[in-house]
Amino acid sequence: MSELRIRFDRVTKCFGSLCVVDDLELDIAKGEFVSLLGPSGSGKTTLLMMLAGFERPTKGRILVDGAVVDTTPTYKRDMGVVFQNYALFPHMSVGDNIAFPLQMRGVGKAEIAERVARALDMVQLSALADRWPAQLSGGQQQRVALARALVFEPRVVLMDEPLGALDKNLREQMQLDIRALHNRLGLTIVFVTHDQSEALTMSDRIAVFNKGKIEQIGTPREIYDHPQTRFVANFIGETNLLEGTVAGRSADGLRVRLANGAELTASASDNYTPGENVLVSIRPERIRLDALHGGDNQFTAKVADSVYQGNHLRIQLDEQAHDFVIHLDRKAEQHAPGADVTARFQPDDCWVIRP
Amino acid sequence: MSGTGGKGHLSAIALVAPLFLFIAVFFLWPLGTMMSQAVSDTAVLRILPQTAKVAASWDPETPPTAEMKDALAADLRAADDRQAVGDMTRRLNSAQPGFRTLMSRTTRALRKDDAPPLSEIDERWDDPRFWQAITGALSPTTDRYLLAAVDLERDVSGNIVAMPEEASANRDIMIRTFWIGALVTLACLAIGFPYAMLIASTEGWKRQLLLGAVLLPLWTSLLVRTAAWFIILQDNGLINAVITGLGISSEPLALIFNRTGVVIAMTHVLLPLMVLPIYSVLISIPGNLMPAAASLGANPLRAFVRVLLPLSLRGVASGSLLVFMTAIGYYITPALIGGAGDQMISSVIAFYATGSANWGMAGALGIVLLVVTLLLYAVYGRLSAAEERRS
Amino acid sequence: MKMKNWLAMTALAAVAGFSATTANARDLTVVSWGGTYQDAQREIYFKPFAEKAGKPLLDEAWNGGYGVLQAKVKAGAPNWDVVQVEAEELELGCGDGLFEYIDWDRLGGEDKFLESAVHDCGVGAIVWSTAIAYDADKLPDGGPASWSDFWDTEKFPGKRSLRKGPKYTLEFALLADGVDKDEIYDVLATPEGIDRAFAKLEEIRDDVVWWEAGAQPLQFLASGEVAMASAYNGRITGINRTEDRNFKVVWPGSIYAVDSWVILKDAENRDAGMDFIAFASEPENQKKLPEYVAYGLPNNEAAKMVSDAQKAELPTTEENLTDAIALDVDFWIDNSEALTERFNAWLAQ
Repeated sequence: MSELRIRFDRVTKCFGSLCVVDDLELDIAKGEFVSLLGPSGSGKTTLLMMLAGFERPTKGRILVDGAVVDTTPTYKRDMGVVFQNYALFPHMSVGDNIAFPLQMRGVGKAEIAERVARALDMVQLSALADRWPAQLSGGQQQRVALARALVFEPRVVLMDEPLGALDKNLREQMQLDIRALHNRLGLTIVFVTHDQSEALTMSDRIAVFNKGKIEQIGTPREIYDHPQTRFVANFIGETNLLEGTVAGRSADGLRVRLANGAELTASASDNYTPGENVLVSIRPERIRLDALHGGDNQFTAKVADSVYQGNHLRIQLDEQAHDFVIHLDRKAEQHAPGADVTARFQPDDCWVIRP
Repeated sequence: MSGTGGKGHLSAIALVAPLFLFIAVFFLWPLGTMMSQAVSDTAVLRILPQTAKVAASWDPETPPTAEMKDALAADLRAADDRQAVGDMTRRLNSAQPGFRTLMSRTTRALRKDDAPPLSEIDERWDDPRFWQAITGALSPTTDRYLLAAVDLERDVSGNIVAMPEEASANRDIMIRTFWIGALVTLACLAIGFPYAMLIASTEGWKRQLLLGAVLLPLWTSLLVRTAAWFIILQDNGLINAVITGLGISSEPLALIFNRTGVVIAMTHVLLPLMVLPIYSVLISIPGNLMPAAASLGANPLRAFVRVLLPLSLRGVASGSLLVFMTAIGYYITPALIGGAGDQMISSVIAFYATGSANWGMAGALGIVLLVVTLLLYAVYGRLSAAEERRS
Repeated sequence: MKMKNWLAMTALAAVAGFSATTANARDLTVVSWGGTYQDAQREIYFKPFAEKAGKPLLDEAWNGGYGVLQAKVKAGAPNWDVVQVEAEELELGCGDGLFEYIDWDRLGGEDKFLESAVHDCGVGAIVWSTAIAYDADKLPDGGPASWSDFWDTEKFPGKRSLRKGPKYTLEFALLADGVDKDEIYDVLATPEGIDRAFAKLEEIRDDVVWWEAGAQPLQFLASGEVAMASAYNGRITGINRTEDRNFKVVWPGSIYAVDSWVILKDAENRDAGMDFIAFASEPENQKKLPEYVAYGLPNNEAAKMVSDAQKAELPTTEENLTDAIALDVDFWIDNSEALTERFNAWLAQ
């Protein structure tokens, strides 16, 4: 890992008896894009607020570039914050909004003009410098907020669900734009979101929050393919979870016996002992529907429901196949409800989780 | 569609009409009446039409002529409306003190059939000054009240000149009124703005409590509040007891019967008018703007000056306007808490209106106040229009 | 449709309401000066009269002001019937036709009353006085005896309180300046006399706390804010009784005047009002007043019935009257406005 920029050292934040961040540790490297992902109330925003200096930790320390910042007021922390509702100053023009952080730092007039122009250019809003924020669309306001948070080249850029108020197309465009800016400028970005696809799209690493703790941290691929807890498996994407017990080991992987006596082979990271209760996660798009094949890792069942969802076909099987949800290619043959099918999957695509 | 629109229009008018009617009857009409009182001057002309004719050719520097006296006697005999005669007398007495007794003596004497000539009833009828008062009051409109409201008058030849210094101090009192109003407005702002920020930063019962504390004075009678301040501010009152008790000062501070006391008491009374508009603007300011300013590198003071203050200016402007306009109309508090030098223009207006029934003077002073108030309002209007353009 | 009905109903109700209020007879309304004085009047005049007449009597308080009366009468159908007024208001209002004429026969003839209590438009209600008051407990070695003492801030240190207005104040200033009490109004009638009075006031300008409401000077005395004050005599003895104070009245140099009952022109209950004035002027009723407030009684017979102890407190008692001055009503109705303007200008300097 490259140079360390931010460290949360056993940070706890309680409001009265309710602790929303609980003994949390997290390191973020310079130039890294880390998403804090979790449901509302999981503590991700509070962590961001502590990093920005709006809240003080109840216990623990926060270090930035090796220095404890807990007593440093926000305005000295040198962090650009992009707020959920943009927080543009309504009484200043777009240009003045972006010039504000430079003015606060005593930058000369000529340099301010130049840097504001460059920032506006970066977010493609050069024509709108003299408009009032209220005259801009949501996406334009978001770009201004972004330009304002970046123009003074802060050590860290913090984003608190910045795209939540935008419609889907705009949001996806902005995700890619921010990602591109990050790559181009080498920014360190801490990005709070509750949208898992957003986190997957943008991040170098994702920290999944639940009840004030990080359930799992890793690259999008690690998080998606190898969730370590039921919560992460459920929260990131859709999945099929089967309960079972470890029956033993085979060449292909771990043998898991399901409640109805059937057995399947799954991959696993840890050492599991026979008889241990486990969960098996199988992603819907990793399941195929074929004619009976003979062999492991397959269930025959009837199609309970079939829904065309544009870019894929969503099939729901009956209880013989544990109510599996399957995503098939949109061009796959239609499976009418009641049709007999066999669901089949590779051991590599079955992931064992401790319940 | 257009049919329902028309109906909606009609019922909208029907709904608004009572309000318009109310404003017209209870606001515009009395205001207009008061204003016309300030310039209308028919009281004398109504009673003395013949005198007016005869006196038109009189040179005010010379003694009154016999014809004028006869015409006046005839006019007074013909007058049968006692209240109209009273109005005339009051008007004349206000221009020339002494007319009250002169008129009542004269009308009483004229009631007899064998009344002596005017000069014998009272020698003042030979004095040109009394006749100048009459001829000066024969035009149906006058600017004398408006002039007098700002310490001006017309001399015998009709030129506008300043009144003798000891005769009237309306201008001084008016300036003082605006000065006290400005002081109170500043004091309200200095206390009210932080207080409004405090309220806006709290929630739940704390906010209710703070709001209640500032609203409470609105629900108590002005007189009670003023009396309470009297008790607190006096030489052996609460504040001075604390100050002398703590040994901060051996002598009690002079807090009452002076400007200090007036400003303190009026500030307390008018504080809600400042706090509420600012508070309502503050809570409408998005809560993330100040954190945003901080994150962009603004220390709390600069964040306040650059962000919070400009955004709350509309509240500050309307609060200041409310406080100032109310303050310049104050009467009871300066009268009870203030000293001789703290009398405000309202008490002068009250004297003319209720004390001496000189409605012309009261109306004229009222107009001056109204004009100043409207000017201020125009300034406020321009300010808020500029604000409006942004959003 | 519904809306129309509703509007029509409201309009009807409003009209009905208006006509109802005008059709309903208003009860006899008597207006006086409020405070403990009016409380006393309520006991000895208002309640007994209402009982006797078998009809309710409303009483209201006012603070004086000729303009108030004028506005009520000019508007037509005044909502007051009987009002207690000061001497100038009586004189002015009578001249301006604001008051009904008094039927003196119903009062038993003019000769039953003090001369100054008899007027075409009014019947004297009380004789009252404005005098120096001081707290004898705070000045045990003897208080001021005259207006020159009042002006002498070396002999008697401390603030003074005077009424904020030219009436009484100018007279007192001239008395303090050594003008003989019988020549006061002659001097005041000249411009030099007025200058002289203001010059004398100038001497104690910084020592004066001005009062506007009658209760204020006694408050100031009680709190020790001032050493002495001009005050209404009835209030001075009143506070002695109710708050057990030892305030003294200095009769020499005091100015007395008569307050009168009047009936507003075209008042709805003018007949009942006349009955009320007659009732309040009966000696048996009037004699009870000094038990409550120390004001002099205009009905000669009533004055005789007052006990000696109470007599000592009344402005009308011989020894209190000797060195007192009668307010010159004519002077003040002519000059009040001009002198008030000048007084305000002087205050503002």
